[in-house]
Amino acid sequence: MRRFALIAVPYFWLLALFLVPFLIVLKISLSDIALAIPPYTPTLDFSAGWEGFKAFLSALDLENFEFLTTDDLYWKAYLSSLQIAFIATVATLIVGYPIAYGMANAPDHWRPTLMMLVILPFWTSFLIRVYAWVGILSTEGYLNQFLLGIGVISEPLTILNTNTAVYIGIVYTYLPFMILPIYSALERLDASLLEAAEDLGCSRITAFWLVTVPLSKNGIIAGCFLVFIPTIGEFVIPSLLGGSKTLMIGKVLWEEFFNNRDWPVASAVAVILLLILIIPIILFQRNEQKQREADR
Amino acid sequence: MSQTVFAPWNDPDVKPLIQFKNVTKRFGDFIAIDNQSFDIYAQEFFALLGPSGCGKTTMMRMLAGFEKPTEGTILLAGQDIAPIPPNKRAVNMMFQSYALFPHLSVWDNIAFGLKRDRMATDAIAARVEEMLKLTRLEKFAKRKPHQISGGQRQRVALARSLAKAPKLLLLDEPLGALDAKLRQDTQFELMDIQEKTGTTFVIVTHDQEEAMTVASRVAVMDHGRIIQADTPARIYEMPNCVYVADFIGDVTIIEGRATKSGDGYDIAYAEGQPTLRATTDKSFENGQTCHLAIRPEKVTITAERPEGAANAVQGKILDIAYLGNLSTYHVELPTGQIIKSQIANTRRLSRRNFTWEDTVWLSWTETAGVLLEG
Repeated sequence: MRRFALIAVPYFWLLALFLVPFLIVLKISLSDIALAIPPYTPTLDFSAGWEGFKAFLSALDLENFEFLTTDDLYWKAYLSSLQIAFIATVATLIVGYPIAYGMANAPDHWRPTLMMLVILPFWTSFLIRVYAWVGILSTEGYLNQFLLGIGVISEPLTILNTNTAVYIGIVYTYLPFMILPIYSALERLDASLLEAAEDLGCSRITAFWLVTVPLSKNGIIAGCFLVFIPTIGEFVIPSLLGGSKTLMIGKVLWEEFFNNRDWPVASAVAVILLLILIIPIILFQRNEQKQREADR
Repeated sequence: MSQTVFAPWNDPDVKPLIQFKNVTKRFGDFIAIDNQSFDIYAQEFFALLGPSGCGKTTMMRMLAGFEKPTEGTILLAGQDIAPIPPNKRAVNMMFQSYALFPHLSVWDNIAFGLKRDRMATDAIAARVEEMLKLTRLEKFAKRKPHQISGGQRQRVALARSLAKAPKLLLLDEPLGALDAKLRQDTQFELMDIQEKTGTTFVIVTHDQEEAMTVASRVAVMDHGRIIQADTPARIYEMPNCVYVADFIGDVTIIEGRATKSGDGYDIAYAEGQPTLRATTDKSFENGQTCHLAIRPEKVTITAERPEGAANAVQGKILDIAYLGNLSTYHVELPTGQIIKSQIANTRRLSRRNFTWEDTVWLSWTETAGVLLEG
């Protein structure tokens, strides 16, 4: 009985905070838009009893999902989100791996400080940090002033409101998610393995490719998913740093909800997004599972 | 049938495989190796033995190429190896932790070094099979290191380091992680493999029994110096100083003053006690402080004073250490000196002659003890 009570707490938590909201969103996605509060129909009328429930069910349909296929804005936004998330993940890996490698090879007494520096940005508001990039990347921003100042460029670069700015923003924001799992994999790497590789005829560089990289593979995979998954639905970064051409599903979702006030279509977009995300999430979980088994 | 004894160190015509020439290694202020010169010969099984921190691992890491000597040179087959990086040396190492690549199978671990040499695929396969056979690992070729036992891992590490047929194989505490029984079996296996392959082995260990079992010569180290390098038998029977005598095996050390008499020395070890007798090749001045080191198994224990014994002392049994096959008696003399005597338990326990608090006689011959300088 006590055991049951113990498991019941997390299950209740999941039920209340994940499953119930999801069902609500799912229900809205099957409804029709209406000029009312809330702005959709039908709503469940408890006073009508069983008949009312049957009428409620019959009013639900897949119209909104069909609508998503008629307008190519939506599938283009999904594809573009996947593409941006993919490129940004690769970029984050390229930036993050050397940092994690440097941290793992730093003297012991430096590591807590370096770890702190990686985590520190989390202590300020995410929104403010992204806004700060507007100041850096704009035509009159610090970056252009600096580059003009040292004479590398004669015309200011247009970075803000392009996809480049979005990539910079994503790499900056999600870098710790990439660094931490890779660092934890590299930190556990036994230094004698590299010596053994050298002893058996590897140069330092081949030893890195044949030993260090394969043994940090799980950290790399975990880091990539931790960046990729939230980036697909990212909304703040593309809307602040991206331009009119930056197409991301998070932005579309926002516009459906708050500009068009079309809750049912917006909910349908969200449900599809969730379905897309399930694949990488399952892959991520399997990677973690494998990691745990290997550790045992 | 006469068999030539393997002792290249006694033959001035044999060129050593490895020569340490005035090698010093410092880490900051700490002197890890203190101006050492010694030779290791081809096909030797050379053991570096000492307590932790004595510099034995540093010695080995210099041979592997992971450390460079601060001063002096190390020659391998007459060539200075200081400028050669570890991956270019004809030296392989078996690591204490085995350092097996966890992401590779046993087969791929053994093939790792061969692949780096860009050998032909079938030549690699043949060599790996040979190594698997040598170490009796054929059945485990496809397993990953975490799927096999400690003893098997140890054999994979050995196979991997032997695969490239190095001139010199370094073994860093190779049996440290094995339990006592398995360790014993593996020691003989190591000797067997060393003989079969004809490779020169240098083993680092802190286990004196292990060093004595496997090695052709043992170098006893302390504080960055080799105190004595000799065959196990000579190290045990003829230690050159108190440290070696004390470090190797069990020993009683009696301090006294030597006086020349006849072809030996009389040793006065306590006021008013008869002197002890010992013969030695070394020469002592009259009244010089000396140490007499006596192995417990060379001391006989009797109830009555033995006739005609060169040394005989009376004492009381203080302690008996029962080791199963042997028993060690700690006998306290009236002067407070404790002498150990070891006898084989050829009789059943209930028929043992002596017990605690018994007064007994201890005796040993003139040649039983080793006389060492103070």
